[in-house]
Amino acid sequence: MPQSAEKILDHSKLFNEPEYQKLFEDKKQFEGCHPEELVAAQAAHINTWEYREKNFAREALTVNPAKACQPLGAVFAAAGFEHTLPFNHGSQGCTAYFRSHLTRHFKEPCPAVSTSMTEDAAVFGGLQNMIDGLQNAYQVYKPKLIAVSTTCIAEVIGDDLNAFIGKAREKGAIPEDFPVAYAHTPSFVGSHVVGYDLMVKGVLSCFWDKAERTPTAKINIIPGFDGYVVGNNRELKRILGEFGVEFTIMADSSDFFDTPTDGTYRMFDGGTKLTDVAEGLNAKATISLQQYCSTKTLEYAQSKGQDVASFHYPMGVSATDELLMKISEITGKPVPATLERERGRLVDAMADSSAWLHGKTVSIFGDPDFVYGMARFAMELGMEPVHCLSTNGTKEWVAQMDELLKGNSYGAKGQVWAGKDLWHMRSLLATEPSEFLIGSSYGKYLEKDLGIPLIRLTFPIFDRHHHHRFPTFGYQGGLRVLVTILDKILDVLDVETAKTGISYDLVR
Amino acid sequence: MSLDVKEERKALIEEVLKEYPEKTAKKRAKHLNVYEEGKPDCGVKSNIKSIPGVMTVRGCAYAGAKGVVWGPVKDMVHISHGPVGCGHYSWSQRRNYVNGTMGVDSWVTMQITSDFQEKDIVFGGDKKLEKMIDEIESVFPLNKGISVMSECPIGLIGDDIEAVSKKKAKEIGKVIAPVRCEGFRGVSQSLGHHIANDVMRDYVVDKAAGKEFDGTPYDVVIVGDYNIGGDAWASRILLEEMGLRVIAQWSGDASVAEMERGSKAKLNLIHCYRSMNYICRHMEEKYGIPWTEYNFFGPSQIAKSLRSIAAHFDDKIKEGAERVIAKYQPLVDAVIAKYRPRLEGKRIMLYVGGLRPRHVSDAYGDLGIEVIGTGYEFAHNDDYQRTTEHIKDGTLVYDDVSEFELEKFIEKLRPDLVGSGIKEKYGTQKMGVPFRQLHSWDYSGPYHGYDGFAIFTRDMDLAVNNPVWSLTKAPWKAA
Repeated sequence: MPQSAEKILDHSKLFNEPEYQKLFEDKKQFEGCHPEELVAAQAAHINTWEYREKNFAREALTVNPAKACQPLGAVFAAAGFEHTLPFNHGSQGCTAYFRSHLTRHFKEPCPAVSTSMTEDAAVFGGLQNMIDGLQNAYQVYKPKLIAVSTTCIAEVIGDDLNAFIGKAREKGAIPEDFPVAYAHTPSFVGSHVVGYDLMVKGVLSCFWDKAERTPTAKINIIPGFDGYVVGNNRELKRILGEFGVEFTIMADSSDFFDTPTDGTYRMFDGGTKLTDVAEGLNAKATISLQQYCSTKTLEYAQSKGQDVASFHYPMGVSATDELLMKISEITGKPVPATLERERGRLVDAMADSSAWLHGKTVSIFGDPDFVYGMARFAMELGMEPVHCLSTNGTKEWVAQMDELLKGNSYGAKGQVWAGKDLWHMRSLLATEPSEFLIGSSYGKYLEKDLGIPLIRLTFPIFDRHHHHRFPTFGYQGGLRVLVTILDKILDVLDVETAKTGISYDLVR
Repeated sequence: MSLDVKEERKALIEEVLKEYPEKTAKKRAKHLNVYEEGKPDCGVKSNIKSIPGVMTVRGCAYAGAKGVVWGPVKDMVHISHGPVGCGHYSWSQRRNYVNGTMGVDSWVTMQITSDFQEKDIVFGGDKKLEKMIDEIESVFPLNKGISVMSECPIGLIGDDIEAVSKKKAKEIGKVIAPVRCEGFRGVSQSLGHHIANDVMRDYVVDKAAGKEFDGTPYDVVIVGDYNIGGDAWASRILLEEMGLRVIAQWSGDASVAEMERGSKAKLNLIHCYRSMNYICRHMEEKYGIPWTEYNFFGPSQIAKSLRSIAAHFDDKIKEGAERVIAKYQPLVDAVIAKYRPRLEGKRIMLYVGGLRPRHVSDAYGDLGIEVIGTGYEFAHNDDYQRTTEHIKDGTLVYDDVSEFELEKFIEKLRPDLVGSGIKEKYGTQKMGVPFRQLHSWDYSGPYHGYDGFAIFTRDMDLAVNNPVWSLTKAPWKAA
């Protein structure tokens, strides 16, 4: 009997015990499975070039895409505003999924409500659900702002958010002057990064549309959809503090997704103050740290007379340099000496470690801005990107990536894949492997199948804890990313060399 | 239960209801109650639409059909048919363990989707579905079948997935099961279970009823065990040890061949009554196969279940059951001796899906833990009737609880442990209250069977008696 009170074995060990191994063997007779040889042959076949061609011939079938749908991004964005309740108009299952998904990454609660549309709402429209939903949410959770996004059902039947919210006011479900931001976020268009964009724009519109702009020297910063928001936004605030510039982070969910365990559950915490959102109209400029998370928002800010600029997830030395120089250019303030010191320290660390990183090949997947920023930093570290894949990447992104790789001798091996999924990535890595893989937890299946070590550096990270509490942006963030990559490389080297003992060195 | 405590809990319900708009309070009042011993049910309404805006914990029909019932069938490719999200969020989240090679003869941990774009909504997705099935045959040729799990738009745009499935099934000679589990159908996951059962009946079980099978008098099917963290394996081992032959598992670590064998058992054993009673009733009506509920949580219920299962068979099996119970008794005794002193007198609140709020209750009882509150996301009235034998007088009962209500109940009752889901976990812990996820076993498990009981017990202890809970208050803050 494998189990004992002294040494309790859970799933990770229990099923390797002989009793269960026998059970698995015996069960096979009932499973009607294919002969072992056939399974082995197919398992070998999926690693071939021939299979890769078959796999890339797919036009309708999507397998393991590394993207989510718009309203997830909208909920994430809504969570970044002060005392704001994310509110989905549609079926309730969607909202349950968004909440679970974000919670599994952050290990934090993620409150959000739904209008719970059902069959009758599909037939008659969801107006009554909207009215009841707003009234209940307003009265029970007492938010300062409700941010309404949509899920499939509401979009397919064509519910009009603006009209519905207006009706809810007429009916007295919410006070006449209570702010409700909204964004139509159909899941069959774009991905979560688009939903993020539209909800940030929705919140800004709610406060800016009818206001007059009186320009100030302040700047707005839009961080974009970022699984590392907790560490990154705090780092961003520190950097801007060093600069001494006045700024507003638009959609700052760093406190919402990082509340303390001290006996009190805070449903809302932190977030961009609504007065600052309104004040943001007067800003001199709006800077986005992720272009593909802010296309519409920047257009809107520009239409209001602001300067705009965007980046691709600024990681590493030159990407951070560019960001700081842009801030300096807009505000007229020099880059502070303290940050220059930090820059030097990052370069110092890179110089110390470069021998272990140099020439290592790496494939990267994730949202378009992340893949760009990561590939750029990897090349600064002397690593060579092989496959750069973004399921939600666009043609414009491909052109930007091509240019990035072409202009750099470390990018010579780089291939760019937009609109492809992680089953494509499997074929790519099986036929043209890289030594390492950078991405989200979903990459662990590729690691298992192909033996390519995964370095988790982007959302979602379900199977490791707390990475998001540390920054990846800026010079300090660069250090963290460097250490994460280096640790994996050296851990793998130790495991490999331990097999013979040769080169299992104390000093590396 | 003292009258005072009951009155206090009733007052707590009133207090919570006061926060709602009048119409909502009236509706929610029917779902909250303090259980009166001797009553035939828990005195709450259930399986009713959730109220917009209150933050229900519930999911949808798709979650019930794909996420629960069909998703674990390992040698089929399950298409999340529609936009990318539903399949994404349910991708590999339920820990339905299987033996197999991913992408070769097993697809449980993969996200297969038609990734609908605007043009698919406008022009319909049937052509795309046809093409997808061809492509599945090309890239996953060893699949034994395909299921088409409908997301919300499918039913709204008028796609005919049944016609496509019929046509393509004929072409490829495999099962293609169209499942109408659009998320807006019904009021929770529950209708999704029912729809999934019906499709299983029509597209798998009945069609295969004529297939030859070499049966024995001891053939049973495990129904409604999804092998979360290996639960079904930890159950199967006991059934086999007592001399039964498990000819199929539905649907944890299941294969098409096992599903097709539905009409061949001598007895169907159902664990999750809520999600798969429908198919058991069908097999009873059509094939005359009796079924029985069992409960493999905790030694009292395991022993009771093993005996009641054995009662359907001859002496050989009855002796087998006694042998199994005797074999594991020393393990049970050792686990209880080690942990009960650490857990005795603790109080737990539960809020889970459609089965566990009653099923795990006696396992806690075995450890001396008292259930002071319990409720279901998507139970029906028959579940609340079945609950009465597992709970005590004065237990707080909440159906389709809102996050607001649950938070208030936890805050006021201050239990020593809460067992619920991922969405409830972290907020509860922030209040300084220990928590275990009772859907996913908090990434642990199995919890079924004797092997599982040891793990279950260890996990409750590590939650309740964790040193972290003594650190939540800064020492310089006055108590």
